[in-house]
Order: sequence, then structure tokens, then C-alpha cells
Amino acid sequence: MAAPKDGATSVQDMIAQSQGKKGKKFTEKLMPILLFIAATLSVLTTIAIVFTLIFETFEFFQRVSITDFLFGTEWLPFSSKEPMFGILPLIAGTLKVTLIAIVVAVPLGIASAVYLSEYASDRIRRIVKPILEVLAGVPTIVYGFFALTFVTPLLQELIPSLKVFNALSPGIVVGIMILPMITSLSEDAMSSVPNSIREGALGLGSTKLEVAIKVVLPAALSGIIASVVLAVSRAIGETMIVSLAAGSTPKWDWAVNDSIQTMTAYIVQVATGDAGYGTTIYYSIYAVGFTLFIFTLVMNLLAHYISKRFREEY
Amino acid sequence: MRYMDEALVTKRMSKRLAYNKLWRTIFFIATSFALITLAILLYRVVTQGAGYLNWEFLTNFASRFPAKAGIKAALIGSLWLMAVVAPVSIILGVGTAIYLEEYAKKNKINDFIRMNISNLAGVPSIVFGLLGLTIFVRTFGFGKSILAAGLTMSLLILPVIIVAAQEAIRAVPNDQREASYGMGATKWQTIIRVVLPAAIPGILTGSILALSRAIGETAPLVVIGIPVILQFLPTSVFSEFTALPMQIYDWAKRPQEEFQYVAAAGIIVLMTVLIIMNSIAVFIRNKFQKRY
Amino acid sequence: MVVLQDAQKTTATNPTVKPMIVTENATKKIVYDTRNLDLWYGEHHGLKDVNLEIYENEVTAIIGPSGCGKSTYLKTLNRMVELVPSVRTSGQIMYRERNILSKEYPVEELRTHVGMVFQKPNPFPKSIYDNIAYGPRIHGIRNKKVLDEIVEKSLRGAAIWDEVKDRLNQNAYGLSGGQQQRICIARCLAIEPDVILMDEPTSALDPISTLKVEELVQELKEQYSIVIVTHNMQQAARISNRTAFFLSGEVVEYDETDNIFQNPTDQRTEDYISGRFG
Repeated sequence: MAAPKDGATSVQDMIAQSQGKKGKKFTEKLMPILLFIAATLSVLTTIAIVFTLIFETFEFFQRVSITDFLFGTEWLPFSSKEPMFGILPLIAGTLKVTLIAIVVAVPLGIASAVYLSEYASDRIRRIVKPILEVLAGVPTIVYGFFALTFVTPLLQELIPSLKVFNALSPGIVVGIMILPMITSLSEDAMSSVPNSIREGALGLGSTKLEVAIKVVLPAALSGIIASVVLAVSRAIGETMIVSLAAGSTPKWDWAVNDSIQTMTAYIVQVATGDAGYGTTIYYSIYAVGFTLFIFTLVMNLLAHYISKRFREEY
Repeated sequence: MRYMDEALVTKRMSKRLAYNKLWRTIFFIATSFALITLAILLYRVVTQGAGYLNWEFLTNFASRFPAKAGIKAALIGSLWLMAVVAPVSIILGVGTAIYLEEYAKKNKINDFIRMNISNLAGVPSIVFGLLGLTIFVRTFGFGKSILAAGLTMSLLILPVIIVAAQEAIRAVPNDQREASYGMGATKWQTIIRVVLPAAIPGILTGSILALSRAIGETAPLVVIGIPVILQFLPTSVFSEFTALPMQIYDWAKRPQEEFQYVAAAGIIVLMTVLIIMNSIAVFIRNKFQKRY
Repeated sequence: MVVLQDAQKTTATNPTVKPMIVTENATKKIVYDTRNLDLWYGEHHGLKDVNLEIYENEVTAIIGPSGCGKSTYLKTLNRMVELVPSVRTSGQIMYRERNILSKEYPVEELRTHVGMVFQKPNPFPKSIYDNIAYGPRIHGIRNKKVLDEIVEKSLRGAAIWDEVKDRLNQNAYGLSGGQQQRICIARCLAIEPDVILMDEPTSALDPISTLKVEELVQELKEQYSIVIVTHNMQQAARISNRTAFFLSGEVVEYDETDNIFQNPTDQRTEDYISGRFG
């Protein structure tokens, strides 16, 4: 290359000398492959989860009939005479806790989101948002401890019939746990409603409340619903709070003041107990885990679908 | 002819304004609920646990007697766990993020990988525990070791790190890449010398937050079945170990009331570790925010 | 006229101008020879049958309204345009007698010879020194003394040495916009390119900084061949030897700058430079 330079030592000459090193070309080809392998690892993880659950659940169904499992209303795995593996009581326990959590978290979460997005000054937002982050970062074991040692005794003062282990207290605390998630995701959805739309309504003489309820909430609805669905999925999969505070008595009823058991708490009970490898009880945690996995997967896909399908175009 | 009735509008106005005020207060109270709960939670834990928190508590092993119970094995065990989780999850997570942001073309395979990551983020942690128990503990034969638990936790927080790293990489303006390519740099040179250095604060912040989630996570450890009363410290990643949240769980579910105070003391230690980690993350985020 | 154009279509777009340049510049060396270049973004036909020669040690300005393809053409000269997915090209661009559009031409090598300065100053968030040393380093020059020399020479070359010599270790983002742009020019000089491509380098700068960059361009053309895309017609008139006027992907007219601005042959050129559109 004819470089029209006067300099004695040309940089281009030096570059030309150091070119042609094999290493550079090799790295250039190798790195995308290595990175692709890293990326496929997450796919492998999913495959491993699904296969693990399917194989071990299959083993379980060799011993327990699938209809007994799906429709049985008795879950008595530790019974020495006649163990029963009907999952409905565990599902009932999970749903009780989840419903209570939703009743607590959805109104509070959406109300906080409206406040933060429509009313709060920048200063308040700067204080509240980090606190919500801290709340979201509190380990669930701490929430479980809080439910057991604070919320339950407090509720017992108000409701004398409440047992030490019950669905109400962990339900409320799971609600507190998912509250930051609903608040921040809903707030994101509301904040992304453009200001011009708000100004349009305010310019017609609307109050802030009317703007929030009639304009912003409907516009952000899909985002809010998606956040609630994701939160439900979290609540269903929550483990430590219910393991500590909900008890270990699976029941097929709708009472919330007495000991129950959720799917997750059952898995913990078996894992911390001394059921040996290869027993029916051992395989039962995979069948329960699989059921749990399907519940949360459906919720996650639903949330994904809602936020994608009903995405607002501004 | 006018359709708007001034008198009616004025009459309704005061009512509408009153509603606005009322609901504003209600929304504010709802927002404070979270703050008050956090305050109560912290107050309770501190008042219950402070009495048991002393030097012996930090340097003793676990015990059947509340007064002698200590958190040494759990604290050291959690540090060992992080020593496995941090490198594994950060290398895999950042690698995946670089692939998705810099190399991946728009096609079915890459869309599937993206979709898969977002779904993986929603899988309950206890299911990861079942995965770890089956694959790492039994199939690979790692036993209830730091390695088995660490790999399980790494997979659990991997989606969080990937997403954080993707955002950080995406935030590097394209003109930076163009400047590098314009000088004859190869793609990998551009990534390693321009994109990654600029994205590192964001990646670090996200990674520390993800690691702080791993340090407080209990369910996978319970399922893997790591022990709680250990009288020795781990010597390698193949050692058995116990961890902070596991120890707290064990204390919290014991029937003797005194153990609840021990549990509270353990929670103070755990929360202190978390607050330190979060402060570092916030510090990095503020210090290196937006330079373009 | 029509007949004539058809007859010569394969060799030139504008037969009335082209032979003149060749005769006048028989001594001037051609750096870039673009032949029948077409470019598509997906379905959009971005450049249409572009034929253009760029000469050594000259400033060639490319003007035209937004979206006329002038930046696209510039970015084709160092194949930066390939960063946009779905770009297709046909035709040839001969750079020093080699076709850079051919698959065998390593794009990294091309960009080592052809530097680029961008619209918005885009220094790296590193020290001034590291910014300048970036190019030499990626090409394997690690000797600290050599790097020191290159950094000083490049900064002097970009007329900014005196302003920054005492703070080479400070972040380049601490400098003003005009200084940043000259740092970017210095960064580009550090690999001693043959050609410098400038994509509206002053559009983000204030008038005084613009003037400095323009003066710099005048100095640089002694050693380098410069192609500059500009929105500003006065700028083109001030600093360039030759000007090409692009419109909807086509070269309407290409001539010495004085001719283009004083007696353009095409009505559209005249309309554009007299401000009737664009």
C-alpha cells in the first residue's frame, strides 16, 4: 500500500508487521462459538428441569394411579396402613395462600403504583422506590420468620380461633412479599403512558383522580394485569414462608384458620425428613414439583401473552 | 344554545375535588403500608436478636443449646457458596448476554433462547432445588457439597444476571462500536475493549444484586438436603457445608422459644451481609452512571 | 444528449463533466474509483449507479439533502454500511486498484487504511491517551515509547496537543464538544490512514469549533485524502477541491467545487445550491 507519508517509521508499516498473526483470526472465530454454548446452557437448564420432573414423575405413576393423584382428595403419604396420594388438598392449600396474598397485594400494589406514578413528587419517589427495592430483596426465610413470630400472634389477638399454623398469616405475608413486584411493574406500565394523554384530559378540566382512573389505568391495564399474573406465579411457588407458618396438614376444604399444607411445603417436608431414595414418597415430590412447575409455567406464559398481545401503541 | 350547564359544573366541582383529595390520601396510605411493614419487620428482628448477637455467636458452631449456638459454620459456608456461584453465574450470564446482544441474528433459535430465559426466570426456586438434587447431587455424584449447591444456585440466578448484563450492553451507544470498527478493530476486539469496559458498572450492579438473592435463598438448599448442625468448616468445594438461610430456617422452626431469638440474631447477620452487598451495588451504580 | 449519455453509460454518469476532469488531472492519482455502485437497504434502493473518482491529497465534499444517500456512500467507502443488516451492494469500488466490495478484501485491513470521523464526537470513555493509542494497540503496537510518540504526533496533527498535553490521563469526556471531535480526528490519525472519511463532522459543533475543524481539514489534506459529507454548502465551498451533489441516491453532478457553485450544469444542482429545496 502506497502510504503518502513523510515519517521515517510508518505506523502502517508496524501494523503490517504485526498483522497476519494467526491468533487474532482464531479468536474471532472461536468466541462466538463459546458464547453460543454459554447461551444454550440456559436452554439446557430448562430441558434438564423438564426431563428430571418427567422421568421421576413417570416413576411415581408406576406406583400410584394418575387419576388417584389428580382427583384424590386425601393426601396421606406417611400413613403406614394405606398411603394416599391425591394432590387436591395440596392444591387447595396453595390456592388459599395465593388468594389471600392476592387480596392483600393487588389493591395495595395498584394503589401505591397510582400514587407513585400520578401523585407523588420526585422527592417522594426517590425515597419510596429504593425502599421497595429493599423490601423486594428481603429473603423469604425472613418473611417466614416474621409471619410465624409476629403476624400470627398479632392475628390471634384479633381472631381467637386462629391456630398457630394457618393459611391466613402466611397468605398475608406472601402478599407483602409480592407487593413490591406488583407496585413497581404496574408503576412502570403507568409511567409509560405518555404525558400528552394526561395533559389532554387535564386540559378538559379533569381532576388527577379522574385522569388516573379513566385515562391512565385503562391505558396501562395490560401491563398491570401482567404484573398481577407474574405475582400470582411467584406466590404459588413461594416456599419458605408457608413451610414455616402454614403447617403440614393437607386438607381439602376452604378453612383458613387452621393448619394446611401447600405443594412447596410438602416438598420441603419430605426433603428435610428421612424418606429414603427410591421410595414412593421420594418420587412423590417430583410429581408435586411437576404440578407446581406447570402451574407457574402457565402463569408466566399467560403474563407474557398478555403484555405482548395487548401492548398499547401510543 | 349551550349544552354545558355552568351551575351544574360548579356544583359538581367541589365534590370531584373532594374525591380527588380523599383518594389521594388513600393511595398515600397504601404506599406507606409497605414502608411501615419494612420498619416493623426490621424493628422486630433487631429487638429480638440483638441480645444474642455477640462475638461468641459469630465464632461458635451450631449447638443444641440456644445460649451456645453460633453461626460460624453457616457464615463461612455462605461465603464458600458465593465463591462458586459468583464466577460460574457471572461468566455464563455475561457470555450469554454478549452472544444475544452482539452476535445473535434474528432467527428462530435465538428467539427461542430469549423466550426460554424469560421463562426460566419464573421457575420457582424449589424446582431448581429438585433439579440440583437429581442432576448435581445424584447423577454427577457431587453429594450435598458446596459445588452441587453452588451450581444449582448459579442456574437459579443466571436469568437475572443475563437480563442485567443485556441491559448494560444495550446501553453502550452504537457510535462507540462504530468508532472502534472504523479503526479496523475486529468484532471481538470491539467487544472486549470498548463494549465490555463501558458496560461493566451495569453488569457489576446487576450481578451483585443477583448474588444477594442467592445468598438469601433457602428452598433449593433445603431440597438438596444440606445439613444444619455442622461442627467443622468446609475445606474444599466438595465438602459438606451449611449456609446462613438454612441455619436460620432450622432455628426458626425449633419449638423452644429461645431459638427464635437465635434465629433473629442470625437474620441480623444475613441482613447485614445483604445491606453491605446492596450498598456496594448502589455505590457502583451512582458512581459510574451515564457518561455519554 | 440522450444518445450520447446512453452510449457512454457504462463508463460515466455525466459525460459532459467526466472527460474534463480526466484531462485536467492526468497527473493526480486516483484513490477511490467507484464503478456502477448500487446499494439496497432491503427493498429500498439507496444508491443508484454511482460512478465517482476520488483523488489523492484533495478534499472531496459530498452534498445533498437529507436521505439523498451521501452518508450511505461515505460508509460504503470503508464498508461501515455492512453494520446495517439487510444491505446489498453491486458494482465495484476500487481502492488503490483493489475492489473493496469483493468478499476476499478483509474489512479490518481496509479500515486500517481508511479512517473515519463521525457526526457526533464519539471518544471512548477512557483517558485521552488511551483514546489515541486505541488504534495502534488493537493492531499490535505495544511498545510504550512508540505509543507515546504516536500519541504526541497524532495530537499535534489534530492541532490539539497544546490544549491537552498536560492532561493526557484525564477522561476524554471532560473536554468540550469541539475538542472531543479533534480528539476523534487525532485518534483516527494515530493509525496513519491513507484516506479520512468525515461524516458531517461539524454538525454537532458550535461555529468557533467548526472553524477550527475546517482549518484542520485544510492542513490535513497535505498528507491525507479526505472525503467529507456535509449538510452545509458554504462549508463545502470553503474547504473542498471537488464536490459531488447527490439526490435520491444518484450523483447529479460531480465537478471541481468552483464549477459546481458558480456554473452548475444541472438545473437541480442550481436549485439546491441556491437554497430552493433541501
